Amino acid sequence: MSGTQLLDATGIAKSFGAVRALTEASLHVSEGEIVALMGANGAGKSTFVKIITGALRPDSGTVLIRGREARVGSPAQARRSGLVPVYQEPSLIPDLDVADNLRLTDTPVEPFRRWVEELGIRRLALSDMIGDLPLATLRILDLARALASAPDVLLLDEMTAALPTDLVERVLKVMRQKADEGMGVIYVSHRFGEISELCDRATVLRDGMSVGDLKIEPGVEDRAVELMLGQKLDLAARDIHKTRGTTGDRPRMRVKGVAIAPKVSDISFDLFPGEVLGVVALEGQGQDELFECMAGFMPPRAGSIEVNGVAADFRHPADAIAAGVKFVPGDRADALLAQRSVRENIALPFSARIRAWGGLKLRHERARVAHAIARLQIDTRAQGEVQRLSGGNQQKVTIGRWLATGVDTLLLFDPTRGIDVRTKRQIYPLVRELAEQGASVLFYTSELEEIPLACDRAVVIFNGRVVDIIDAEVADEQTLLRAAYGLVAQEGAA
Amino acid sequence: MSMVVTDPPLVRFGRFLRDNPVIPLVVFLFVLVAVLEIMRPGIVTPFRAGRDGVISTFWLGNLIKFAIPLAMLAACQVLTMLTAGIDLSAGIVATVAAFVCATLSSIWGVGPAVATALLAGLVVGVVNGIGVGLVRVHPLIMTLGTGLIATGVLQVYQRLVINAGSEIPGFLTWLGTGRTLAMPNGLFLFVPFALFIFWLMRFTGFGRLLFALGSNENAAKLSGVRAWQVYVALYALSGVIAALAGLLYLGIIRQTSLSLANPLMLPSVAAAVIGGTSIFGGRGSYAGAIVGALIIRVLDTMLTLMQMPEGARTVLFGLIILAVTAIYVRITGSR
Repeated sequence: MSGTQLLDATGIAKSFGAVRALTEASLHVSEGEIVALMGANGAGKSTFVKIITGALRPDSGTVLIRGREARVGSPAQARRSGLVPVYQEPSLIPDLDVADNLRLTDTPVEPFRRWVEELGIRRLALSDMIGDLPLATLRILDLARALASAPDVLLLDEMTAALPTDLVERVLKVMRQKADEGMGVIYVSHRFGEISELCDRATVLRDGMSVGDLKIEPGVEDRAVELMLGQKLDLAARDIHKTRGTTGDRPRMRVKGVAIAPKVSDISFDLFPGEVLGVVALEGQGQDELFECMAGFMPPRAGSIEVNGVAADFRHPADAIAAGVKFVPGDRADALLAQRSVRENIALPFSARIRAWGGLKLRHERARVAHAIARLQIDTRAQGEVQRLSGGNQQKVTIGRWLATGVDTLLLFDPTRGIDVRTKRQIYPLVRELAEQGASVLFYTSELEEIPLACDRAVVIFNGRVVDIIDAEVADEQTLLRAAYGLVAQEGAA
Repeated sequence: MSMVVTDPPLVRFGRFLRDNPVIPLVVFLFVLVAVLEIMRPGIVTPFRAGRDGVISTFWLGNLIKFAIPLAMLAACQVLTMLTAGIDLSAGIVATVAAFVCATLSSIWGVGPAVATALLAGLVVGVVNGIGVGLVRVHPLIMTLGTGLIATGVLQVYQRLVINAGSEIPGFLTWLGTGRTLAMPNGLFLFVPFALFIFWLMRFTGFGRLLFALGSNENAAKLSGVRAWQVYVALYALSGVIAALAGLLYLGIIRQTSLSLANPLMLPSVAAAVIGGTSIFGGRGSYAGAIVGALIIRVLDTMLTLMQMPEGARTVLFGLIILAVTAIYVRITGSR
């Protein structure tokens, strides 16, 4: 399997002002090899990826591509020398159609088409506007574009996050196949399942240093987590204390026959005080629209939503907030003021209403924000701007905003997407704790194994309809997956 | 996770400048003043020329007097730019306010005249705010349009009051031309005004929302902010500020014309941009805009002293503003 060295990054160091993001990071990829790059929140993964792909220059250290010192000065240069990245956020221009996007990067059309089909996307026309396509499709197009330029080394950064399971399977299969043909792959991911299925080796980063190179074999998960955390910890959050929601009460929120154009046709369920209700759905089954509708971003076309028995006619998120319904969207970039401080981000809802436009009550604000920061254990060393925080800490800020104002009903849309194990393990207990204090939480996640960890019940949505409501306690991944595909769940549960 | 290390002094100095972007501007202002003094010895330090003090209070007072209305109009630009907007009607609103005040004073008396002038600013501002916030017209287009409409209305209005004559209220002349302890009386208006703007931007919920809308309107919406309310209030405020600046300018110039304050319009945008306010929203400082206004005034004096033809002066003025902004952006790493 291992032949010539394709990529050799050695002793990379990089500081931002007084903060040293990387001290000595190294990564090697040989021909035909798939190497996982792992690391907890703030380990320096994103900085390392940016340096390898030429988006940032290292302070010291070398990056060799095929043994030649590649002064990788720009992403375009890295691309020409054979290293092509695919990021979590698709790098396609929404106002152009597919063909124009290909032209921008000089991507040959025929191989692109072939890869798109190979990766399981049917019904794609080159004249489709990028902005009209769902996120999962965009990720695949991004990958197909990268493959079409026949790279030596492909870098996938959290590429499968929030991708439906069938597409993930396809991606993994294609990667394996390309690796057999000699391509090198760097696979940045938090998902052990995929890593053990796909990768040959894993390089683990901690505190800006490469702390280990692991061969993928059974039991490697424990060792990797150990390396990432620098101490031995239980992987699963099994010890999370769960008390069952009091489903006998009057529902906090009642969704009745809701339809939203174009995807949601008929969704009904009750959300009770003190419960965490999971939402199980493959990508694009209408869950995005459901959450946005419940949060007041768009009205339902048919059906009704009730809060505490009163019909809720939300015309603006402000209406939902007034009714105690708070929304954490899937994309952190949608929720944060990137250039502003953690405090301003958390305190933003305080100033929303006109009667709070006057002088700030700074002491009151500081106390509430400090409380939220402490409760979520947000790492605020990067005081200045939220954009300098790691993804996990940014996500905590978006949740902390609502803790600071008090929560009755929390709508969490994929809050653990693309964040590290440690932060995830802090988020589940927090969600449980909120429920114990009487809050209702609606929790959509693209990672099925989180459902039994965090939820009491789970509502399964397929093709814009509720197909099942299952007891999360007894649901294993197989049951959930079958349900998500619209198959009868009883068989799996039995 | 990551360690904190001590950086070399130069790096720390660079970061200090980034965190305090007004400092390089003030330094640049002093450099310009020094150049001015070299060009025309004695203009700034008349002591050498045998006149009244170490620094010419006459020169300094004059500089400040003419910088004040510019700095007030720059406030309109800073506030609107925080939300990624702009107020191109500010100059015309100032002109309208001055004209209305001067013509009505002789008919209705000073009080109602001033009130009507400010009301005119408020009306234009509210229309701007409704256009930007509710109809979602781009601020550039919206304020350009209302500015043109206001210009036309002013011409019609002029025909109506053509026989009334004009009168400049005494207290405006006092504010515009009078001096106390050698400093212009305009500071009695401007110092509280500037403190109000600082307070508004830093210590009020409204100020927070301006930064929030400019950084990420979607995040603001998600947090329950009804953006249109903020836009209407913001442009209304901008209109009133512009009208106030027009009244002060009337007191300084002591003449009425149909284009009185219009030449201040683009320099007010320049003052805001030189002062480090991003036209893309979310970033800005009023202190910077005040220094920007002073810089523009000093540059103006310099170019006048060179006795260049008007065209060449304008070209040079534009070039200098571009250069200053480019250098400033380079130093502070902001956009």
